[in-house]
Amino acid sequence: MGMTIIEKILARASGAKKVSPGDLVVVDVDTAVFIDNAFLPASWREVLKVHDPSKIVVIFDHRAPASDRVSAGSHVTGRAFVKRFGIERFHDVGREIGIAHVVVSDRAYALPGTVLVCADSHTCSGGAFNCAARGVGAPDMIYAATTGKTWFRVGETIRYDLEGRLAPGVTTKDVFLHIAGEFGEHANQNVEFGGGGLKHLSLNARRTISTMGAELSAEFATFEADDLLLDYVRKRNPAPFEAQYADKDAVYKERRTIALDAMEPLVALPDTVVNNSVKISKVAGEKIDQAFIGSCANGTLDDLKMAAHVLKGRRVAAGVRLIVTPGSQEIYRDALRAGYVETLMEAGAVVTNATCGACGGGHMGVLGPNETCITASTRNFKGRMGDPSARIFMASPATVAASAVAGAITHPGEFTREALS
Amino acid sequence: MSDKIAGRVWKFGENINTDLMLPGHVHAASEEEQARAVFSANRPGWVKEVRHGDFIVGGRNYGMGSSRPAARSIRNVGIACLIADSINGLFFRNCVNFGMLAIECPGVSAAFEEGQTAEVSLADFTVRNTTTGQVLKALPAPENLLALMRGGGIYPVLEKQGLIAPKTNTAA
Repeated sequence: MGMTIIEKILARASGAKKVSPGDLVVVDVDTAVFIDNAFLPASWREVLKVHDPSKIVVIFDHRAPASDRVSAGSHVTGRAFVKRFGIERFHDVGREIGIAHVVVSDRAYALPGTVLVCADSHTCSGGAFNCAARGVGAPDMIYAATTGKTWFRVGETIRYDLEGRLAPGVTTKDVFLHIAGEFGEHANQNVEFGGGGLKHLSLNARRTISTMGAELSAEFATFEADDLLLDYVRKRNPAPFEAQYADKDAVYKERRTIALDAMEPLVALPDTVVNNSVKISKVAGEKIDQAFIGSCANGTLDDLKMAAHVLKGRRVAAGVRLIVTPGSQEIYRDALRAGYVETLMEAGAVVTNATCGACGGGHMGVLGPNETCITASTRNFKGRMGDPSARIFMASPATVAASAVAGAITHPGEFTREALS
Repeated sequence: MSDKIAGRVWKFGENINTDLMLPGHVHAASEEEQARAVFSANRPGWVKEVRHGDFIVGGRNYGMGSSRPAARSIRNVGIACLIADSINGLFFRNCVNFGMLAIECPGVSAAFEEGQTAEVSLADFTVRNTTTGQVLKALPAPENLLALMRGGGIYPVLEKQGLIAPKTNTAA
């Protein structure tokens, strides 16, 4: 019996011929990404030896630039760690900063067929790169940095075949909301994505899905490798790699087909993501105080382009705050050159520096008591973006931008009818 | 270490998320402050009622969400064992990392009411309701992970190997 993509990657990384669901595997870690949270005083432990500094990446993102004395202190600790062990891939506040998973994608640090860990749940983002990328705990990171290894429990895999093509104005965020609404959580299972529809999806579009794998509670969310991916990676990262492909007789717990043509804009109701998606007509007209487009899931250039497309020549409704956060400073520069930033700002959006920011209610764009927000980010748990009485609806960047213009939750249809060029 | 432990049960539902156990506003705070904020949004006052040695019984996908050290907060409020129908993979890792005993036992949430006593046998991975007498089969945890959960987690191991420095006062 053959193996799924993730089983192939884990077998290779653990030196085993075959791994199967139920196995506990110890693997070599190819890339260990430390974020600023790792250096918070309640998380950090002083590291005395590092296994291999060339396998470590440090990226400040959750509270960067520093929001208060504690986060400033964590950055000081992080810089000292970088200096002490001579870590070259360091993304400090400045030109190369961004949300860790976005920088990992910009630079193709997530190599196909390899293992990448980071103490942030949305690390599965790298799965779009055919990488066994997984969110782990802060102690796992210290273990990986000092020993070069980590462990995984091998779960069963659900295969999603994406077929056809999305209609204009419908995005992979809607595809995710469909999966989360229809199939619920995937705890202790892997999800694998492939199929004929993949060729119509940009890497950014794929990354939205893989990033949201965390919200499915999946162990790993892994995509098939194709030429689009392999060319992208080769252009950005000279390191050797070997993409892994599912065996023809791979064993899946279940195979499900997603007809992309049949997808429509959806919205998740407040407080939880899974089993909580509804058609926009169900909540259309719900007044909003804030709209947010950003995060590791929706801060891509495609997302900013979509937002600019909706907002071009329009204004954010009075009484609504629209916050847009590019996923990295590199994306920010690309969006500036493409004119998206000017369009967004003319419409009344506040375009911020690249950071996790409002997504985690960390240090900007925090919600107040009883406010309503519609967000194109990763998570809508109660209290996630600020006060626990605030309500957080989750949707695609198109739906969020359209809602910001209308001042209430709105179907993006009339704003996105013209196809994007 | 005894292979049998028992504790008073607190019940929580399905998909209990990390942000409820460790709210974002204390993410950068000290361990002590984090422990005081456990379940403050959904069950205010709970941390004052919970006693050292109590158990949590949860539903499916307990610990959904973020990589933040929520398992450590549960340990720090005195919970001796978490038993759930299923446990989120990332949360389970942090249970292993921070030495928080966590057992997956399908059907456990239906078998207990709050306030009853659960008895867990780690020799044969069974969970018994001492009031009803019902015995459930839990999923055996791999031996090495169980040893970490019962032995204080991963940091003592790394300290012993000289890879990290001994813990200093980290109060923020």
